[in-house]
Amino acid sequence: MDINTKALKKNAFRVTKERGMTASRIRVPGGHLDAKYLGEIQKIAETYGNGTVHITSRQGFEIPGIPFEKMPEVNVALQSLIDGLDINQDEAGHGYPASGTRNITACVGNRVCPYACYDTTAFAQRIEKAVFPNDLHFKIALTGCPNDCAKVRMHDFGIMGMTVPQFEADRCVSCGACVKACKKKSVEALTPVNFRPRRDARRCIGCGECVLACPNAAWTRSDKKYYRLTLLGRTGKKNPRLGEDFIKWVDEDSIIRIILNTYDYVKEYIDPNAPGGKEHIGYIVDRTGFEEFKRWALRDVTLPDIAEVMTPLYWKGVKY
Amino acid sequence: MGFCVTSMQLNALFQTWQSNYYIYAPRIFSGGGRFSDTDCIRYGKIDCVDEIVFDKKSEYSFKEILTPVSQTLFFFTEGETKEADAPKKGAVIFLRSCDLHALKRLDDMYLHNGPADYYYQRLRENIKIVLMGCTHSFENCFCVSMGTNVSASYDMSIDCQPDGTYLVDCRDEAWGQQLEAAGASQMAVVPSHVEENSVTVQIPENLTAEVAKSSMWKEYDSRCINCGRCNFVCPTCTCFTMQDLFYSENGKAGERRRVWASCMVDGFTDVAGGGSYRKKNGERMRFKVLHKVLDYRQRNGYHMCVGCGRCDDVCPEYISFSGCINKLQNAMTEVTEQ
Repeated sequence: MDINTKALKKNAFRVTKERGMTASRIRVPGGHLDAKYLGEIQKIAETYGNGTVHITSRQGFEIPGIPFEKMPEVNVALQSLIDGLDINQDEAGHGYPASGTRNITACVGNRVCPYACYDTTAFAQRIEKAVFPNDLHFKIALTGCPNDCAKVRMHDFGIMGMTVPQFEADRCVSCGACVKACKKKSVEALTPVNFRPRRDARRCIGCGECVLACPNAAWTRSDKKYYRLTLLGRTGKKNPRLGEDFIKWVDEDSIIRIILNTYDYVKEYIDPNAPGGKEHIGYIVDRTGFEEFKRWALRDVTLPDIAEVMTPLYWKGVKY
Repeated sequence: MGFCVTSMQLNALFQTWQSNYYIYAPRIFSGGGRFSDTDCIRYGKIDCVDEIVFDKKSEYSFKEILTPVSQTLFFFTEGETKEADAPKKGAVIFLRSCDLHALKRLDDMYLHNGPADYYYQRLRENIKIVLMGCTHSFENCFCVSMGTNVSASYDMSIDCQPDGTYLVDCRDEAWGQQLEAAGASQMAVVPSHVEENSVTVQIPENLTAEVAKSSMWKEYDSRCINCGRCNFVCPTCTCFTMQDLFYSENGKAGERRRVWASCMVDGFTDVAGGGSYRKKNGERMRFKVLHKVLDYRQRNGYHMCVGCGRCDDVCPEYISFSGCINKLQNAMTEVTEQ
């Protein structure tokens, strides 16, 4: 058997334990899909695989037990999923054109969750369109609010939804619900002054608990959506660590620009001898220093006026 | 005088109103809902008829126009006080039949219940009512059970037609003349109203305060979160509290204002000396429900609740007020058989 393992990995297949067998990895940006595609996945698993499907830790699907020789047929069968989930592709019928930049994960977001500050799936899909296909090892995750159910701080780019709470004083009934919610569920950014809440903008993390708690629509959400962007969290063997805050109150366009700029930065500085051409961005930043990364990342980025850029950044985590 | 009018003719009429009145109607506050990417429909000032939401129920009622959420009564400094100014204009208010019945309740509470309330009166004196017809019942409405589905006392009625025109029954002479002069076609118009709701309630004829002893209230101890939304959206809840505050920049000056209060929210029954009554949410629910369908009637001869169902619409815990009313019969049996 003569198989180019480098090529099949790039094609989103895997070299598995079992000789001669592969697994197909299906991207689902934002982890949300029309139910009809589950039927497609089932069909591929039962026709070409061993009849099982793994739900991956990055919200995709992995169909194991596929003989290598079936890969071309599987690629043809994947086309409806690739089209339906609007995945960028070089050539129809040839499967996924890259696997380095991983599936973009997201919590369920505001299509369902009351806490979410935005449509996580839609933003995940927008990022997918901007960054895929790409061979570089990037992990991007989105979460609707600072509860961070998607655990975005474990990723290179963590995107957390925020809203700037707007207060209409004349609708306030002094019930104290917002102050209590902020204290018990968030960061205690509200204190009562003359019967009404006063917001400490520096403490506020934009979670929207005050808006949710207010019974009289005195607190509402800002028209514009904002985000907290966390950087370079990772799992792994050497130094797993949580992502650190990079920008508070950043906007969607800037986030996409920063991610694209980071691809340029990594191309410039990645270790040419990295095993499999794969190096976590964080190790590269450890080498170049954060300021150099920042210079690249913020190129041509116009941040909103209220954005706060944290600098310098230091990461912690366990070092082995 | 009935007319079929175009939005352009109506907007011309609105324009003449604007010199003496603010126009209030249920409208969309875009992005104003609790959850992201949701709107809120509530009362606000409008300029043209297209802004009015006809096809949905407003989340909050019209009452905030006549009993503002936070109303400064007077300002004080050292030895002097100054009464807060009244709004510069009157109000044309668009509302549905249930809310128009709620207005009667507000009037009876604020104007005919001992001396008239000065601040309510000065707002009330200068309003005009436009009745919005209901072609169908909304979710949770039970106006038919409460006898509030038909209204007759209005200055104008309005029904939105599928073709974008409006049917109006104009009782105000000047407005009628204006529509006539504008060439609006005359016809007989009766504002639409609903004859049935999917929700019905039956308030037991033998209902007494004895029902307070029933075990039915206990479930609300844990179900209710005492947020007060049911009170704030209710067109007939009028409780307020007083706030005297001293401006933080100059403690010698300040204001007294009255602010909506809720019998469901902590602090409502706090008294001097540290006492507090109705600590349990079930007790608060019992107080509210019996006020709406028992003791208000004992004083006024008709029920306070108008059956708009907004309390059910808004409750984050899905507690149904109408559902609670319909438990009263069994509860009466429970307490009378003891």
